[in-house]
Amino acid sequence: MKTEEAFFISAGRLIDPLLRRDEEPADLYVAEGKIVDPANYPKDFPWTKIDAQGLIILPGLTDMHVHLREPGESRKETIRTATMAAAAGGITTVVAMPNTIPPADHPDTIAWIRKKVEKEALVKVYPTGCLTEDRLGEKLAPFQSLIQAGAIALTDDGSCVQNARIMRRAMEYASVLGVPILDHCEDTALSDGGVMNEGLWSTLLGLPGWPSIAEELIVSRDILLCEKTGAKIHLQHLTTEGSIRLLRDAKKRGLPVSAEVCPHHIALTESALKEYDPRFKMNPPLRTQKDREALIEALVDGTVEVIASDHAPHARFEKEVEFEKAPFGVVGLETLVAVCLKELYYSKKMELVDLFAKLTVGPSRVLGLEPPSLRYGSPADLILLDLNASWQVDSKAFFSKGKNTPFEGMNLKGKVVLTMIDGKIVWREKRLVEEQKMV
Amino acid sequence: MQNLKLDAIKRKWKRKDLVALETLDFSEIEAILLAAKEFKTILKENLPLPFLKRRTALALMVEPSTRTRVSFEIAAKKLGISFLSIDYKTSSIQKGESLKDTAKNLEALGIDFLIIRHPAAGSAAFLAKLLNISVINGGDGAHEHPTQGLLDLMTIEEHFGTVRGLKVLIVGDILHSRVARSTFWALSKYGAKVKFVGPITLLPSYFKDFGAEISYNLDESLPFADCIILLRLQHERQRKDLFPSISEYIASYSLTTERMKKCKKDVLIMHPGPVERGVEMESELADSPNSAILKQVENGLAIRMAVFYLLGSYFENRP
Repeated sequence: MKTEEAFFISAGRLIDPLLRRDEEPADLYVAEGKIVDPANYPKDFPWTKIDAQGLIILPGLTDMHVHLREPGESRKETIRTATMAAAAGGITTVVAMPNTIPPADHPDTIAWIRKKVEKEALVKVYPTGCLTEDRLGEKLAPFQSLIQAGAIALTDDGSCVQNARIMRRAMEYASVLGVPILDHCEDTALSDGGVMNEGLWSTLLGLPGWPSIAEELIVSRDILLCEKTGAKIHLQHLTTEGSIRLLRDAKKRGLPVSAEVCPHHIALTESALKEYDPRFKMNPPLRTQKDREALIEALVDGTVEVIASDHAPHARFEKEVEFEKAPFGVVGLETLVAVCLKELYYSKKMELVDLFAKLTVGPSRVLGLEPPSLRYGSPADLILLDLNASWQVDSKAFFSKGKNTPFEGMNLKGKVVLTMIDGKIVWREKRLVEEQKMV
Repeated sequence: MQNLKLDAIKRKWKRKDLVALETLDFSEIEAILLAAKEFKTILKENLPLPFLKRRTALALMVEPSTRTRVSFEIAAKKLGISFLSIDYKTSSIQKGESLKDTAKNLEALGIDFLIIRHPAAGSAAFLAKLLNISVINGGDGAHEHPTQGLLDLMTIEEHFGTVRGLKVLIVGDILHSRVARSTFWALSKYGAKVKFVGPITLLPSYFKDFGAEISYNLDESLPFADCIILLRLQHERQRKDLFPSISEYIASYSLTTERMKKCKKDVLIMHPGPVERGVEMESELADSPNSAILKQVENGLAIRMAVFYLLGSYFENRP
């Protein structure tokens, strides 16, 4: 067997959100899949040098909200293409949502996904299991078997459990097992077929509205149930000022509630829909400027600890329909970093070390994973980021099969030029480095 | 046959499609209105009509429509345009073909105008972007019904001589009404003061941001109105709990002879049709001297002729 390559990453700017370290220049040594102390190696050790001058060295990012679309919908995306996109986007760990066909409500499905991941994935993939059978919100899924099979969290993502009794039971049961529940907060009686934010723009465009209150009602329910059951609840892709207020209050009371926001919700508002372009259609929908500002403020003050892409690829023909008929969802793996930099760093709202905490320490704590770090002994999951590289979003260049980006044509700054997982390079600018398996 | 007035109007026309009135500027609305008036004169005095020979219009009706389709059809035929229509029940959309594919196929068959009536808001804009032929919005969901807005504007201007400063009430299910939106844009661009009136659940406050006044009380709004436009009440809204019952709606928002006493004597009553007598208004009022309902229908023909004529010039005007 070929001995693994060892790397000497030299003179970069090293940012480690876990240690709140940000220093330059810094060197980093990688051997045997880990970050190592070169003092423990002989002087003439054959390090392969990677010049990181002008680049930022970061722990690999975690995106805890990704739709891989397998099994069942490989016309939209595959485990292979999604993880290629992730690698190119600097994401070394993705959490896969269970709304596949069949849904991951049975340990066999989780096992199938893990097997396929082992064969085809370029980055680390953690599957989630369903909260209820068939994601219908009626009967609890077999939590323990799902967890034993490898589910890292439980969620009916996209189909919020409507019945508060079922949700209470789910949370009670999950609290004992110690895994978080990830909830897509939507009262479907109130959203009632809405396809965009209920407000001035939906009224202008004549489209059915999905009101903020439909999210906030479930956020309050989940917070109350969290208080009652002690279960860890994670509120997915929050979009409204009201949700943030509720969350902030819950955190003040010390409840085990966490939350994520998505790049598109902090970058765009409902007015983007004025041309009825389904590329801007996602669930929950784009909201108002006030909501957008509240989400950013929540990231800045720590109320929200996670940024996740909600990468939801669709086939082109599926989106080329009347707006109301188009499926919800946008892709996001390959624009995640640069959009966050634009909205949070270049807009002078956040320091890099705080921003990247939302993509490293934040999600790993919610999921109960070892927080990514660049300390000696940590797995060498890391990325090199060229902060100043300007590029224009071109979906044709995406590795993802999904071209449904709301950022098409946007000029962005910041590009991941190298992605390493367990000490192996899987992405180097402009080319994927073929590696076998990562998990 | 050359008509100098029409020629002058069409030379300035620059749009391929008629999708919405919100996005038209005053001069564009004025152009359609002027052309429509000219067509009305031509029809009345039996003058020779300009022909758009060898043109084909197709109406794709993905939602039931009789009066709009017939009005477009007669307008087309008077201009010598071949006209055909596809009913949603017999179209391949029923077989699962996408709107995009259906429309692309129709374009490939060489039609010049596509009139689209569709339950989804934005479908006319979607086709206008997709196709290299003229798309005419014949009503898209709750978005717009531009020719209806234009014919309402024409009817009001014809009756009052001017629109500026007139107080117009639009009464009923505003939220789901494309007519309310198109008529609002047409009238407000012409300087009318429009007030929407209806139950709060069918009249969200966002309409204020359009620049309209809103009121939930018909009785207190009546004395000031120069014109009242009543909208059809769709019964399925009640099933969605948007108001308690039809009779409760009638009690608050139906125009009755009793309520007419609060109105100006010569108030103009309009309705886009079809009228459900006894719901939106008392039956006799639809036939009273105040009613302009049949005038609206007549003007609709002239408006649609003007729309064909002007959009038809788009491909001529292009360099």
